[in-house]
Amino acid sequence: MSHEALSQPIIRMQDIIREYVVGGEVMRALNGVTLSILRNEFVAIMGPSGSGKSTTMNIMGCLDRPTAGDYQIDGNSVSALQEDELAQLRNMKIGFIFQNFNLLARTTALENVELPMMYAGVPPKERRERATEALIRIGLQDRLHNRPNELSGGQQQRVSIARALVNRPVLLLADEPTGALDTRNTAEILALFEDLHAQGNTVVIVTHENEVGAHAKRIIRFRDGCIESDTANGAMVMTHATD
Amino acid sequence: MPLTEIIRSAFRSIRANRMRALLTMLGVIVGVASVIALSAVGQASTDSVTQQVEALGSNLLTIMPGSASTSGVSLGAGSATTLVYSDAAAITANDPNVAQVAPLVQRSVQIVYGNSNTSTQLQGTTANYPLVKPTPVAQGRFFLPQEVTANAQVAVLGSQTAQTLFGFQSAVGQTIDLNGVPYTVIGVLAPEGSNGFQNLDDRVMIPITTAMNELTGSDVLNSIDVSATSQQDMALAQQEITSTLRNLHQLGPGEASDFRIMNQATILSTLQSVTQEMTDLLTGVAAISLVVGGIGIMNIMLVSVTERTREIGIRKAIGAKRSVIMAQFLVESVVLSVGGGLIGVVLGGGGAAIAGIVLHKSGLVSLSAVLLSVGFAIVIGVVFGVYPARKASALHPIEALRYE
Repeated sequence: MSHEALSQPIIRMQDIIREYVVGGEVMRALNGVTLSILRNEFVAIMGPSGSGKSTTMNIMGCLDRPTAGDYQIDGNSVSALQEDELAQLRNMKIGFIFQNFNLLARTTALENVELPMMYAGVPPKERRERATEALIRIGLQDRLHNRPNELSGGQQQRVSIARALVNRPVLLLADEPTGALDTRNTAEILALFEDLHAQGNTVVIVTHENEVGAHAKRIIRFRDGCIESDTANGAMVMTHATD
Repeated sequence: MPLTEIIRSAFRSIRANRMRALLTMLGVIVGVASVIALSAVGQASTDSVTQQVEALGSNLLTIMPGSASTSGVSLGAGSATTLVYSDAAAITANDPNVAQVAPLVQRSVQIVYGNSNTSTQLQGTTANYPLVKPTPVAQGRFFLPQEVTANAQVAVLGSQTAQTLFGFQSAVGQTIDLNGVPYTVIGVLAPEGSNGFQNLDDRVMIPITTAMNELTGSDVLNSIDVSATSQQDMALAQQEITSTLRNLHQLGPGEASDFRIMNQATILSTLQSVTQEMTDLLTGVAAISLVVGGIGIMNIMLVSVTERTREIGIRKAIGAKRSVIMAQFLVESVVLSVGGGLIGVVLGGGGAAIAGIVLHKSGLVSLSAVLLSVGFAIVIGVVFGVYPARKASALHPIEALRYE
């Protein structure tokens, strides 16, 4: 990999605007957001509800498209893509981790982890091997054939992390990943995120909890659809002042 | 995503709701089972009608006199006296496509044997009558051509008539009395039942010459039964007979025939078309229940899409394309309809097999009915699965994920 490729941002948002029409009235959820996230960063996106952090995450995760502005993930411009192309980007580039785990019920841990590879067209044998390996790596070797309702919250979140990692995405995108967990499991999952970051993964956590945000190396705060502050290690590095 | 994976996942979600799946399939089960069972019953009734008509004789044409009229009032078919014994001879002599000719005289007579006395139908005919209409003899024999020529006073009894007169005693060789004239019983017919018009077991048959001389006193016939040389020649034979009789009866070109010819093939095809129509009607009603079953599947699939909105959201978030979600739900509804179809085939086939045992028939379940109804079930699964599947695939991932 060349030096340029390494230094190229994974995420590049340029003047992103997202408007919704609610009851005939135009609501502007994002009002000109510009940000870049480099490879192997550990970023927390924070802000009160309604600040635009969820909308940012949806766009970042290719679940939604901006009304205006340019968004590139790993060099791919997203704005012009069709639904199925977005699905493919989500499948290959992004690993989602949700607050309520979002595992498929009636489906074993192993099968849940296999699912992204199934959509990617990975052959069954390789799929099974990679899924097993991913689950072993996060310490669930005894729970391969358990269904979500047979797993604790912490275990379920580990399965969903394994599922997020299994297609080797460029970005791990976690939406309040500890919101449904107790203190002990929260600590374990956050430690896992730090491990993943240490192993070279790019991690973005969306949260409103300061303790969670504190684990990140960079914190981007949102307010009223704009970036309020962008700080590293608790120290202010740059501020996108908007009027 | 390969089809096998999609089918596996369809089975998994169906297994998760077994009772509901079964109830959903019930509509298709009932539909397919009734299509198969009813078409089998229809086939059985068509077969039995064909059998009955064919039992009347093969390649049979029946010539009846026209209807007489008195002062403009028609007395009904067969009432005229336009058909005579020499007509039968002329048909035999002139018409190459006619194989056998059996003229028939009918009267009602009183038979006396000792103290027994019964009223029955007398049929005077020629010795070749059994060649035109199957007339199996159980005991003794039918009368011979020389007995017809010789005005022999011999009689063949229907099985029921023989029983009435003689009980369990043998009738052959006994002498009976018809309107005061003695006849020797030379045979008893095997039981045949009814031909749909008259009871074939209650009759007495004698040579037509004897009947004309002793009983009717004229050469007027009630009908002439004719067999054509083959099934294909029936129309030709009918034309020949028509022209022979019209010549003989000196009818001008504009005049109506004073006789009618009933073609057994025509009767058969009429009856067959009636039973076929009945079968089609029943099958059609059953097919409607298949459509209703399909609507049931669509209903449940729509419920299922709503219930699994979140699952659809998850699948989309981790990379499922529209087509994959669409295929998943479509395969599920096809699995339901095909499953219902197969259970329906088993039940319908079983029902038809039981009907076959009761009716002493086999091979009633037609492969075409099975293929048609299962094919129809698959089509229904696809047609009624498309709308829910499209609905599922069109869900927006964010909204689907947010759905509680």
